[in-house]
Amino acid sequence: MKINVTVNGTSQENEVEPRLLLVDYLRTVRSLTGTHIGCDTTHCGACTVLVDGIPTKSCTMFAVQADGASITTVEGLKQGGQLHPVQSAFKEHHGLQCGFCTPGMMIVGAALIAENTDPSEDEVRWAISGNICRCTGYVNIVKAIQAAAATTREASRQPVSVG
Amino acid sequence: MTTTKPITSPEIGGIGHSVRRREDDRFIQGAGRYIDDIVLPGMLHMAILRSPLAHARIKGIDSSAATAHPGVVAVITGNDLAAYKLAWMPTLSGDTQAVLATDKVRYQGQEVAAVIANDPYTARDALSLISVDYEELAAITNPQQALSPKAVLIRDEKEGQTDNVAYNWEAGDKAATDAAFAKADRVVSLETHYPRSHPAPLETCGAVADVNPITGQATIYMTSQAPHAHRTLFALVAGLPEQNIRIVSPDLGGGFGNKVPIYPGYVVATAASLVLGRPVKWIESRSENLISTGFARDFYMKGELALDKEGRILAMRASILSDQGAFFADAQPTKFRAGLVHICTGSYDFPAAHVAAQGAFTNKAPGGVAYRCSFRVTEASYLIERLVQNAAHEIGMDPAEFRLKNFIKPEQFPYHSPTGFVYDSGDYHTALRKAMDMIGYDQLRAEQKKPRPDGKLIGIGIASFTEVVGAGPSRDYDIVGLKMFDSAELRIHPTGKAILKLGVKSQGQGHETTFAQIVANELGIPASDIVVKEGDTDDTPYGLGTYASRSTPVGGAATAMVARKIRDKAKKIAAHLLEAAEEDLEWEPGRFFVKGVPDRGATIQEIAFAAYTNLPLGMEAGLEGVHYYDPPNMTYPFGSYIVVVEVDPGDGTWKVLRMVAVDDCGVRINPMIVEGQIHGGLAEGFAKANMQWITFDDQGNCIGSNFLDYLIPTAYETPRFELGETVTPSPHHPIGAKGVGESATVGSPAAYVNAVLDALWWNAAAKGGSGPLNIDMPVLPHRVWQALQR
Repeated sequence: MKINVTVNGTSQENEVEPRLLLVDYLRTVRSLTGTHIGCDTTHCGACTVLVDGIPTKSCTMFAVQADGASITTVEGLKQGGQLHPVQSAFKEHHGLQCGFCTPGMMIVGAALIAENTDPSEDEVRWAISGNICRCTGYVNIVKAIQAAAATTREASRQPVSVG
Repeated sequence: MTTTKPITSPEIGGIGHSVRRREDDRFIQGAGRYIDDIVLPGMLHMAILRSPLAHARIKGIDSSAATAHPGVVAVITGNDLAAYKLAWMPTLSGDTQAVLATDKVRYQGQEVAAVIANDPYTARDALSLISVDYEELAAITNPQQALSPKAVLIRDEKEGQTDNVAYNWEAGDKAATDAAFAKADRVVSLETHYPRSHPAPLETCGAVADVNPITGQATIYMTSQAPHAHRTLFALVAGLPEQNIRIVSPDLGGGFGNKVPIYPGYVVATAASLVLGRPVKWIESRSENLISTGFARDFYMKGELALDKEGRILAMRASILSDQGAFFADAQPTKFRAGLVHICTGSYDFPAAHVAAQGAFTNKAPGGVAYRCSFRVTEASYLIERLVQNAAHEIGMDPAEFRLKNFIKPEQFPYHSPTGFVYDSGDYHTALRKAMDMIGYDQLRAEQKKPRPDGKLIGIGIASFTEVVGAGPSRDYDIVGLKMFDSAELRIHPTGKAILKLGVKSQGQGHETTFAQIVANELGIPASDIVVKEGDTDDTPYGLGTYASRSTPVGGAATAMVARKIRDKAKKIAAHLLEAAEEDLEWEPGRFFVKGVPDRGATIQEIAFAAYTNLPLGMEAGLEGVHYYDPPNMTYPFGSYIVVVEVDPGDGTWKVLRMVAVDDCGVRINPMIVEGQIHGGLAEGFAKANMQWITFDDQGNCIGSNFLDYLIPTAYETPRFELGETVTPSPHHPIGAKGVGESATVGSPAAYVNAVLDALWWNAAAKGGSGPLNIDMPVLPHRVWQALQR
């Protein structure tokens, strides 16, 4: 089947098998290997991407279902040469160890911050409860997402510079 | 000491600085390179057909339909491998294991055949076209069954094997222990099962094998925690000349022991590439990972403590039965068939102990990997920390007081344990008192006894664990004959920057950052100027790899030692540059200077440049070295954890109200990373105590073959942790570090379980009775509820 999917701002037309999973489309057809496969069954969240702004587990969606959609993967978080606040915060607060769950965690974190720039610890923990991390005990992931929210909050308060 | 004080500036970033991780830049941008990210030209894809039965004779395999399927390049069976003498392979514990089954399948999920196809979807499609004629046999699903005289022989192919015993092993002094028990005032005991668990790193196992048909060069990318040891094993298994084998372990999405053994998939992919002359990729699905690889624990343990009137421990007895699965395929040091389970005397001072362990073959996947632990230390620590609470409860003493009374005292180190270990250093009293202060122990104990209006029960659980890690001294420790040293190679470039190459391999521990910090500390070269390489056997010195918390104790020591060798040479060059005698020079991080004349000095960068441009007459050029470190002893990290839980007697559910963890891992290289390691371990300990569980039905079907059935806590269930530290350096380690990656997984399960049992104990005591002494992990609500009804 022919599909047209916009990934990280670039649209492309591809011929794909109807059964091709979205995660495999992203990883093999679009060569974006930052999105990972951890469980095949929607439980671990390593494959989470934004589909039209909504965090979605790409291992449980067909590529053909994404026809016409706009997708953001971890590779698309950085904008205009600037890391997304959630990316900087994960490094600053040691929110990752092996790095395998990190793309999915950051995508969910970015989506949360887009809706709520002042999430409580409980709200962050609930937001990432569809994502498994085996390394960090979640402590620093939560801290990183809250710090990224704070950065976003501060930035929105800054007066817009002119000139 | 309460903390590690840096001796270098933040710009140099040596030991004690929370340097942000160098590896993170690629991980946060989706630019890590994990096994499944590797794509080679002409690469084929492999899928494995696994046995649906736990025990069956194979009467025939018909793969013709699969072979004829469009897109399939080849189907490989055990008989095909047998032609190359590859149907069986040696394990890291000196047993043999089937690569693809030829005679029988011995566990559900065992590898039977492999399909190689143009794409992974086609390879999996074709699996269903292979027809295997099985004659089903009775399955043995626990070690007690396996040892019954009537049990069917699982390993009938193994020469000389007449029963299902995998090993027998003992440590300690039986006669002295029996004598101590005979005069004991009181004996307390515990029977418990440490259930089968799975490390389940978020990335499963996999390989990309690339054997060049012209040169015979085999490059095998694989998820390996021990790439050098695996290269040697591949040479022995496949008969390939070792110089033609290059193992590359790329970024690993976690390991936790799961990526220590050699799995059949690696070998079959390599054989397929060898035969087909094209690269072959094999990536496990999560179900395959959970049913066929890397099982851990499964220890049935009985422990007893002999006590005197005052509540002093006189002796300990332990007998252990381990379920090994169908092959003895984990990696235990040759001399210690039951791993280091004889560390089970823990943090306590008593003269006599005896441990007897037996392993049995069953119709389960090979087990016994050290899941985030040093060779069975987790089971050992769990046994003693549970026993100690039982002892305290039974004699009516506070569990903290009982521990403080029986701890090894600081002045007793180095301490000779009754089972043969020599503990390097420790201060157990301080660590426990610190944890008690942090949590407000005395007040909590008082509050616990007051009935609560909501009827919920409060429990306080302690674990004061001692680990033994950093294998190990070559006189005692080897894996299939390979001595357990580790190595570091360090080159200082003319511009004063450096590259460090290691025999160990990070799986998320942050080696690229922390090992650079060790060099920075020793040489004063900024950590940010040092690149760390691991995982490629063509590009790194030989080592036994990363597991059993051995990277810092062994690889870290090698790094410090090679840096010191280089500093010795640098001193000679500095003397030449400064026209001074070597003995007149003094070192401060980053430079030598003439004693009493601080202005007259040479920086390490100036010295590095001179090593290539302006050498003293007769000196060999360059500034580099390699060091193979053979540790004089193991290291003994310790800590005290206290957990407060609230148990709902109505339904048996429990939740953690507080968790305080005081760890002492000696000197902390990077405090931020150390704390991260502890957080992760505490969460995994909670997982095992609360939900994580692999079990089997009577037919040997694995229950827990996916993340719906094998429960892993998310951020929502995971407790919050409060960390504290003490610092008791290892006296024999060059930088005083002990290793920390596993402490919290080892120490914490007992604290959680003790807390629940403590709640039940005091509840029963308030009614004039006595509470239960055991609930097996995971402490599921129905088990708690049942215990409350007794």
